[in-house]
Amino acid sequence: MTKTAPLLDVAGLTLKIGGSGRTVVNDVSFQVFPGEIVGIVGESGSGKTLAARAVMGFIPPAVRLEGGTIRFDGQDVMAMDGKALRTMRGSRVGMVFQEPMTSLNPSMLIGRQLDEGLALHRKLDASQRRALILDMLKRVGLRDPEGALTAYPHQFSGGMRQRIMLASVMLLKPALLLADEPTTALDAVVQRDVMELMVELTQANDTAVLLISHDLGMVARYCSRIVVMCQGDVVEQGLSDDILARPQHPYTRKLLSAMPHRLPARALPEVKTPIVAVRDLIVEYPGRQGFFRKEQAKRALHGISIDVQPGEVVAVVGGSGSGKTTLGQSIAGLVKPAGGEIRFNGKPIEKSDAAYWDYRLNCQMVFQDPYSSLDPRMTIQQLVAEPLRLVPNMSPADRKARVAEVLTEVGLGEGFAERYPHELSGGQRQRIAIARAIVRRPSFVIADEPVSALDVTVRAQVLELFDELQKKHGFSCLFISHDLGVVEQVADRVIVMQDGRIVEEGPRDDIFDNPRHPYTQKLLAAVPGLESTAEGGVRLFWRRAENDKAITG
Amino acid sequence: MSSDSTMSTGGTMKKTRRMKLPAPNAIVGGTLITLLLLTAGTGALWTPYDPLKLSFREKLAAPSALHWLGTDEFGRDVLSRLMAGAATSVWISILTVTLAVIMGTTIGLFSGYMRGWTDRIIMAFNDALLAFPGILLALGLLAVVGANKYGIIVALGIAYTPSVARVVRGTVLSLREREFIAASRVMGNSEGFTMARHILPNCIAPLTVLATSMFGYVLLAESALSFLGLGVPPPAPTWGNMLAGSRPYIGQAVWLGIFPGLAISLTLLGINLLGDAVRDRLDPRMRGSR
Repeated sequence: MTKTAPLLDVAGLTLKIGGSGRTVVNDVSFQVFPGEIVGIVGESGSGKTLAARAVMGFIPPAVRLEGGTIRFDGQDVMAMDGKALRTMRGSRVGMVFQEPMTSLNPSMLIGRQLDEGLALHRKLDASQRRALILDMLKRVGLRDPEGALTAYPHQFSGGMRQRIMLASVMLLKPALLLADEPTTALDAVVQRDVMELMVELTQANDTAVLLISHDLGMVARYCSRIVVMCQGDVVEQGLSDDILARPQHPYTRKLLSAMPHRLPARALPEVKTPIVAVRDLIVEYPGRQGFFRKEQAKRALHGISIDVQPGEVVAVVGGSGSGKTTLGQSIAGLVKPAGGEIRFNGKPIEKSDAAYWDYRLNCQMVFQDPYSSLDPRMTIQQLVAEPLRLVPNMSPADRKARVAEVLTEVGLGEGFAERYPHELSGGQRQRIAIARAIVRRPSFVIADEPVSALDVTVRAQVLELFDELQKKHGFSCLFISHDLGVVEQVADRVIVMQDGRIVEEGPRDDIFDNPRHPYTQKLLAAVPGLESTAEGGVRLFWRRAENDKAITG
Repeated sequence: MSSDSTMSTGGTMKKTRRMKLPAPNAIVGGTLITLLLLTAGTGALWTPYDPLKLSFREKLAAPSALHWLGTDEFGRDVLSRLMAGAATSVWISILTVTLAVIMGTTIGLFSGYMRGWTDRIIMAFNDALLAFPGILLALGLLAVVGANKYGIIVALGIAYTPSVARVVRGTVLSLREREFIAASRVMGNSEGFTMARHILPNCIAPLTVLATSMFGYVLLAESALSFLGLGVPPPAPTWGNMLAGSRPYIGQAVWLGIFPGLAISLTLLGINLLGDAVRDRLDPRMRGSR
C-alpha cells in the first residue's frame, strides 16, 4: 500500500454513553493515508457519525471516551488542548455536514461566511482573501461568484448550498475532509454532481477524504477503501472492490443484498380498460396574492397523460421539482387539476357520483414520511381500522378480523394493535401505513416515495413486502420515486418526468437498458448497475450518459 | 437504534407504566385543586357562620377558636366568607374558561381550516382584540353588559377568546400540512369527520395547557375586577373584593389580606401543576417517557 505514514490513525476507539454505559463505538480502528478516499458505511445507529466526529474532537457531552487513540498527522487528538484543537479544525481538517439547509448560517452573507475561516486561519489581507474566495466559488460551479458573495444561503438550492459548503471547507486546503452523508438530502442527479466535484477538488489539493454514508453504492464508486460498521463495531474493512466482490461478514452480505436488483420482467395479461387513465392533466399552483399584484400561477404539470393497467406497477421517476408528487396527489384527489381528466375504471372522477365512491374506496395512498402520515393520537388498531368505517356492510367483528389479518400480512401481528405510532421504528411505521392503504383491498395504490425515509436493509424488507402484497392482491400501483435503484426492482413500466412533463416512458427493461432521452441517461448515470459475482458479492457498473463530461477517477 | 431498543422492551414498558405512581406535580396539583373544589362545594352549601351577618362587637377580631381566620371590619367571619367566595370565584372561572374555549376553538378551527380571505379577516379582527390587555377589554365590556356575576363571565369570556382562537388556528395550520390529514382525505373521510377525528384531538394538548393557565388568569382577573369594585357587587364575598376590602386595615388586621391572597396563590399553583400533568397524560407520546 502507501509507503508514507497514515494521516489519520484511529486505534481501538471505544465510546460509551455516560448514563447507561452502553457502548456506541466499540474498538474501532482504521487509517486514512494522505490523498486517499476512505468510506465508512453503516446504517443509523452504527456509530459511524460518532466515530468520525471523535476525529475532530467533537464528542457529545453524554458520550464518554473509554479507550483508544486518535492520531492526526502524528499528534494525539485526545491530548490536544482547546487552542490546538481549534487550529486543527478548519485549518487542517474540514467537515461537510449532511444538511445543506442548516449547515450554513441563514442570516449571514455567503461572502462573509467564506471569509470567516480564511481570516481566522490564514494571514492574508482582505483583497487576497476575496480573490481566493471568488476563485473557489468559480471552481465549485457557481454561475455568478461576485453576486454570490452578497447573497444569503436561502437564495440557493440544496445542491448549490452543498457546493458553497464544500467551497468554504476547501478554501483552507485541509489535509483531511470529513464528509458526513454529504449528499443524502439531494436527489440522485445533483448528488452525483456534488460528489464528482468533491472528488475533483480534493484530488487537486491532495486532500484525504473520510466519507460517511449509508449508501454502499456511492461509497464504492468513489472510495478506494471501505470500513463497514454495524452497531458500533467495524465488521469488515478493505479495498472497495474486494468488499463488494468477496464480502466476508454476513452483515456486509446483507447490505449488498439489500441493494435493489432487477427481477425478471413479468408478463401482464392484455386488458382493454386501464384502471386509471389520465388525459392532458394540468395542475397549477396559484401565485402569491398581494394587495396590489397577483403573481402568475406556477404550472406544476403541463398536460400529462398516463394509463395504468390492472395489476401493473408503473413507476414515476424524476428529480425534485419534476412534478411527480403532484401527479400522484392529483390522482389521489388531494390536488385539484386546472385542466384535463382523470378516469378511474373508465369513468370520470366527479364528486356526488356513484362512480366517485368506487374510486374513493379503491384508490389508496402510501405517503413518504411514516412519522407524519400516522395520527399520533391513535393506536395501530384504530389507524388501520379507520378506512373500514366507510366500507358498507361490515360488522365490527368483521372489521376487527380484517385488521388482524392485514397486520399479519404486513409482518407485524396482532400484538401491535394497542400500540401507538411513536413506539414503533420507521420501518414498522411504514408497514402500518401500507396496512392502512391495503386494508380495504383497493384496486389501485399510489405510493409516494414509500421507502426513501428508511435505512438500507429496512428499505429492502419493506420493498419485498410491498412486492409480495402486490402479487398477492394484484392491485395496480403508481410508484413515485427519485431512486432508480428501487424503481428497477419493483416497476413493470417506467415514466420519466422532468419539469412537469413526461420525457420518456416505456417498459422497465427498455428504459434501463436503452435510455433515449438525455435526462433519463443522466438519471441512470447516477445509480450503479449490479452484477452478482460467484463469491456472493456484486460488481458495480456505471452507465455513462451521452455527452457527459468524463468522470474523474 | 433507540427505536429498536424501545421495541424490544415494549411489553415490559406497558406493565411498569400501569404500576407507576402519578408524577409529583400531579399529586401536589391534584391535592390543591381537590381542596379548592371541596372548599367551594362546601362553601356553596354550608359555612360556619353566615358570611353576610354583621357583628360589630367582634369587628377585626384576630384568628381564634371561634373565628379560625378572624373577622373583618364588620365582624363577618373570614373563613365563612372565604368559603362562600371560593364557590363564586371557581364557578365564575369555570364558566368563563368554558365559554372562551368553546368560542375560541370554533373560531380557530374554522379560520385555520378555511384559510384564505376568511382566515385573514377573522384573524385581523381577532388580533385587534388581542392587542388590548384582557383586563382592559373586560373592563370595557363590563361597562356594556353590567357589573354582575354573569356580566363578568361574558366580559372575561370574550376577552380571553382571541388567545384561544390564535392557539387553535396555529395548531390547525400546522396539522393541516401533516400527511395524516391527507391520508384521511384519501380514505374518503368528509372534512367534518377529519376535523373531529384528527384535527381536534391533536389540538387538545395545547388547549389543556392554555385552559389551565387561563383558569388561573381568569380567577386573578375576576379578583382584580372585584378589587376595583367592578366585579361581583358587595356584600357578596369573592376573594378579590375581600382582598380589596382588607387594604385599609392591613396594619391592624393582616389576616384580612393574607388569607384571601394565600387562597388565590395556592389555587394558581395547583392549577398550573395539574395542567402540566394533564397535558402529559393526554399526549400518548409522553406516556411512560417519564
